[in-house]
Amino acid sequence: MVAGDTFELTVTPDRYLTVRYAGASGDFNPIHIDEEFAKQVGLPGRILHGLWTMAQVARAHTEALGGPDKLERLSVQFRGMGVMEEEVVVSGTVREVDSERAVVQSQATQNGKRIIRNGEATIRL
Amino acid sequence: MAVNTDAIGKTYPPTHYAVGREKVKEYASAVGERNPIHLDHEAARAAGFADVVAPPMFAVVYSQPSMLPGLFDPDLGIDFAHLVHGSQEFRWGPLVIAGDEITTTLAITDISERGGMGFYVFETDSRNQNGETVCVGIWTNIVRTG
Repeated sequence: MVAGDTFELTVTPDRYLTVRYAGASGDFNPIHIDEEFAKQVGLPGRILHGLWTMAQVARAHTEALGGPDKLERLSVQFRGMGVMEEEVVVSGTVREVDSERAVVQSQATQNGKRIIRNGEATIRL
Repeated sequence: MAVNTDAIGKTYPPTHYAVGREKVKEYASAVGERNPIHLDHEAARAAGFADVVAPPMFAVVYSQPSMLPGLFDPDLGIDFAHLVHGSQEFRWGPLVIAGDEITTTLAITDISERGGMGFYVFETDSRNQNGETVCVGIWTNIVRTG
């Protein structure tokens, strides 16, 4: 691994993804699973869980960089809102590498809009 | 409206979570994991693990019970109707394996107000049955205070 290396992961959440993720994670906030409720609070409809999207960012790192034990730290900022049935694109760039660790920057976009920004990870080498 | 910062430094009693094989598989499937060590306990054993390996972001599952007393604490008075998850950081130690017993402690590490919004920073510290820190989570919750 050298500075400048890049990786990408694409995934399209199907229309029932948020229901499965709610059950798997225990986060049953109705803005993710109830279309009418989401609209009542001013959203266009049900939206993705931010932590599901962060899990895609994490998976992009562990798949590209050697497994779950390599991920030492990941921080992200959530922006905007993700929706179902639209492709999510996670992209990462290796910024620094020394003998023990690498620092990686990342983001996640949907329709060209960033839904996760300022992703920064530390990878154990 | 000013936020109440009195709860900075407050901690809550630890919560406990027993990591189950089928829960790890369910979570791994929901987030699209393809590495068989998360999905198939025979594959995990062949790779040298005692059972399926929790993906790093499974920290959300085992640390979540610890968050509830803070989120619902009247001393913080978080307004759920205006709550947004602003940012998130996790730092991981040893991998979590099905069969592990995780104990998580929550602390409120910062409360502040910027631009008419309240920022509530929660820190969770999760340890396994051997006392090793498997994950520290820093959860920044933003509440529009109007």
